[in-house]
Amino acid sequence: MTDATSSGGHDHIHRESGPPQADDKVHSYYQILGIALQELLIEKGIVSADEVRQMIERRDAITPARGAKIVARAWTDADFKARFLADGNAGAAELDCPMTYTELVAVENTPEAHNVIVCTLCSCYPRELLGLPPSWYKSREYRARVVRDPRAVLKEFGTEIGDHVEIRVHDSTADIRYLVIPRRPAGTEGMTESELEDLVTRDSMIGVAEAKTPGK
Amino acid sequence: MARSFEAGQAVRVRDDYPPGHIRTPVFIRGKRGVITRDFGEHDNPEITTYELEGPQKTLYVVRFRQIDVWPDYAGSKGDTLDIDIFEHWLEPA
Amino acid sequence: MRGPHDVGGLEAGPVDTTTHDMSFWEKQIDALHALVGDEKRGIVPKGQNRRYVEALGEDVYNTLNYYERWTATMSQQLLEKGILTRDEIDAKVKEIRDRLEATGELELGQGEAEKI
Repeated sequence: MTDATSSGGHDHIHRESGPPQADDKVHSYYQILGIALQELLIEKGIVSADEVRQMIERRDAITPARGAKIVARAWTDADFKARFLADGNAGAAELDCPMTYTELVAVENTPEAHNVIVCTLCSCYPRELLGLPPSWYKSREYRARVVRDPRAVLKEFGTEIGDHVEIRVHDSTADIRYLVIPRRPAGTEGMTESELEDLVTRDSMIGVAEAKTPGK
Repeated sequence: MARSFEAGQAVRVRDDYPPGHIRTPVFIRGKRGVITRDFGEHDNPEITTYELEGPQKTLYVVRFRQIDVWPDYAGSKGDTLDIDIFEHWLEPA
Repeated sequence: MRGPHDVGGLEAGPVDTTTHDMSFWEKQIDALHALVGDEKRGIVPKGQNRRYVEALGEDVYNTLNYYERWTATMSQQLLEKGILTRDEIDAKVKEIRDRLEATGELELGQGEAEKI
């Protein structure tokens, strides 16, 4: 993985050796500034190269699979789903995927209502269950428009919600985090929880998409 | 002055523009909605952001009909928008 | 009065729905930001970050991308606490620029070179 030693006698983080990838080039002053902050803080012993590497690894290890596990359980166990809807943190903790830092509220998609999450003021997101948020979630375009025209925004994701279904947008303005329980797709009777987990995408837990149908 | 609201109660978001860190978006100010959930007392980020101590405030979820928020709303009449709002931003409607 | 971050309901273009893997640089800033703000170091009080981003102002907020904004606020916080000085930062930036040029990793966008 990364190598914390370096030439020049000071610690800085190197990527895996090899030619730099196009997307890993440095394009702006602020990118250089970011590297500068890191190297200075390491030189001054305020952070260590190891700590940075471990934090990156720890964050990389959190994927939407955590949220998917909870959703799959909610699909198969009605009592669990009821508990999870009543208390998101307790429900997540039951499955060893705790939301430790913030409150979690679960909202459920039904034939009558489709939920979608946004944080218009910044980009609050249930990271502990979904990992790092995608760029679009943090973008001005998403944050500005999904509260005002959710159907148009969902269409841009390829998701069409019928007029007879209520769209419920949740703007997490205070320090609450939300997770959508997407609808369980048709044709999944008899699937194991593990198989069901594979159908639950990050986008379906944000609400811009439905869960995958089997065979896709 | 603590304000307390009940589930189902109609409320209006204050149409004020004070200085400082605010968690009530501009687009919802002055709008009328309904209390759907009481999250109980929470630290008030509008104060704690300055590393100051302050009284906890009750946090509510208020549900708005989209047609009440946007004059030109293009979706379905039943569509809603839920926002987490602290008690001090709400008035009885 | 509306902060630059308070964008709900404003006019905006289509959402770019393509997902990019985060670049390594972005992951580093994300990690560094978490470390600088953690309990062990106590440098940045919890809850301070958002108001610093909001205080960047309209132009800066809209010109910088998400992790560039975090970089800007982090540098502000470190300067304010006297942990880093501007001279140190400037010198390090120049050093890194030279190093990246030598390894071929530098590809500055338009207008960026003048900032260094």
